[in-house]
Amino acid sequence: MRTLYSLFRDREAALDAVDRLRLAGVADRDIIVRSGEPLDDCELGQRDRGTWLPWISTAGGLVGLAAGTWLPRATAAGWPISTGGIPASSWWPNLIIVFELTMLGAILATVAGLIVTAGLISRSTPIREPALADGWILVGVATPKPIAHIEEALDPGGVGSVKTVN
Amino acid sequence: MTEALLQPVLRTSWRFVVLVLVLGAIVAAGVAAWLYQVYYGIGMAGIGWPVFWAFYVTNFVFWIGISHAGTLVSAILRLVNAGWRRPVTRCAEAITVFALMIGALFPIIHLGRPWLFFWLVPYPSERMIWPNFQSPLVWDFFAINTYLTGSVLFLLLPLIPDFALLRDRTTGMRRKIYTALALGWRGTPRQWHRLEAAMTIMAVVILPVAVSVHTIVSFDFSMAPVPMWHSTIFGPYFVAGAIFSGIAALIVVMAALRKALHLEAFLLPLHFDNLGKLLLMMSLLWAYFVFAERLTTWYGNDPSEMAVFWATQRGTYAPLYWTMVVCNLVIPVGILSISRLRTITGCAAAAVSVLIGMWIERFLIIVPALGHKYLPYSWGTYRPQAVEIVITVSTFAAMVLLYALFSKLAPVISVWELRAGERTP
Repeated sequence: MRTLYSLFRDREAALDAVDRLRLAGVADRDIIVRSGEPLDDCELGQRDRGTWLPWISTAGGLVGLAAGTWLPRATAAGWPISTGGIPASSWWPNLIIVFELTMLGAILATVAGLIVTAGLISRSTPIREPALADGWILVGVATPKPIAHIEEALDPGGVGSVKTVN
Repeated sequence: MTEALLQPVLRTSWRFVVLVLVLGAIVAAGVAAWLYQVYYGIGMAGIGWPVFWAFYVTNFVFWIGISHAGTLVSAILRLVNAGWRRPVTRCAEAITVFALMIGALFPIIHLGRPWLFFWLVPYPSERMIWPNFQSPLVWDFFAINTYLTGSVLFLLLPLIPDFALLRDRTTGMRRKIYTALALGWRGTPRQWHRLEAAMTIMAVVILPVAVSVHTIVSFDFSMAPVPMWHSTIFGPYFVAGAIFSGIAALIVVMAALRKALHLEAFLLPLHFDNLGKLLLMMSLLWAYFVFAERLTTWYGNDPSEMAVFWATQRGTYAPLYWTMVVCNLVIPVGILSISRLRTITGCAAAAVSVLIGMWIERFLIIVPALGHKYLPYSWGTYRPQAVEIVITVSTFAAMVLLYALFSKLAPVISVWELRAGERTP
């Protein structure tokens, strides 16, 4: 699929281009915005804020907690030793294993959650645009064919031109 | 700004090659010394009855302590959103990872038969060997591995956008490597939000893990009925000492990077001043813990504990003890409490002094206590042998080598965080 995009020097110009694309009938989900830094302080950066990531981390922590509870107890129970009725496993030292595995579960789940929810490790090739590292903002639309009014909406106004990548 | 930060990654000078060769040779000497010890037996080291823990465990505790620089400092500064953290965090996080990797080697170096190191891994008793979950050494395994995993990921997550930046600016094999490392990063608002959310969660999780790691390292000592080890103060005392040495390591690394990679425009005197104040506070906290521990021991007047006490205060180990006090208290407080002296050079000098002092502190916790157990028939001494000294020196070279190689893989200052910091102070 062909992608049309332009680079904008500042946030206001990029936001104007997004507004023009909306006016041209392009849905928000089809508008591509990319930057070399977070855009938290402007409207462009307010898209897709909601996330399940804290819950995913919590779930990972609970799995770790279960594993940390099971491992020392199951190991002690699985060892064929006669203790004469004295407990072979005790909570105080086991709490350390429980704590560490809970945290490990939360850490691994956070990273897995990031990869899944942020759409990392996808097979499509990202647009290679070194200017993003210098503060430029990319606004584009993935479209099957060049459409004049989209090109017009993406016009960066004298500081570049509309680019096309396949 | 971007060019200046990427320059050390993209251009390699002959000085770098010479540095890597020299450091590589020292590390190779350390490996050779270890192989010599493996071949001829652990008796080649100076450890023996009754002092079975010496240089190797000193190094283990020291490097695990250094590892607290990064993740702890970085996580705290991230959570309180301290604007000045931005050029500092990656330097700190990298220290954590490399120091942990080096520290985690010492339990294996310390083994008489290191090819059986996998026996240290606790898993259910499939081989009819019972992993004892009541043992602090097993707790170490879980704590260090959790901390290492978390620290590596805590370092790698904010590296992803910078790897993408390098992917877009390099060609050939380098581009392929950075394409793989960037994990398909695009820089969409969605990805930025997820990354920042993940970093906040990781910072919240990694803080208690960092505290737990050095507490558990302290349990290796305080759970044992050895004079001056069996103490409830050891957990917080070790954590405070670890943060103390960690901040010192961070200052030394930052000063070295600033000079070697020409980062004068990014690592400012302000950063050293702030870290210097933190180091000063930790120096006083360390002195408070030492005073509390020593006073309690002296007041208790238990003969076995007093034997260790006097051995360090005015006996065999007194020169080392008072050197430690000078290095950890007199020099840092003398320099850092005077704002005129809290310059980059002043902070670096104080930090080097603290690193020396903290290594001695770890040594003095271990060796005098093991050499003065409850019954005088089990008293003894320890003298380090050549293999231990070479291995110890090589780990310091390994730290510098790992850092040098890392500076060729990624910018040591986060480009995107620094750019974001220009807009949000």
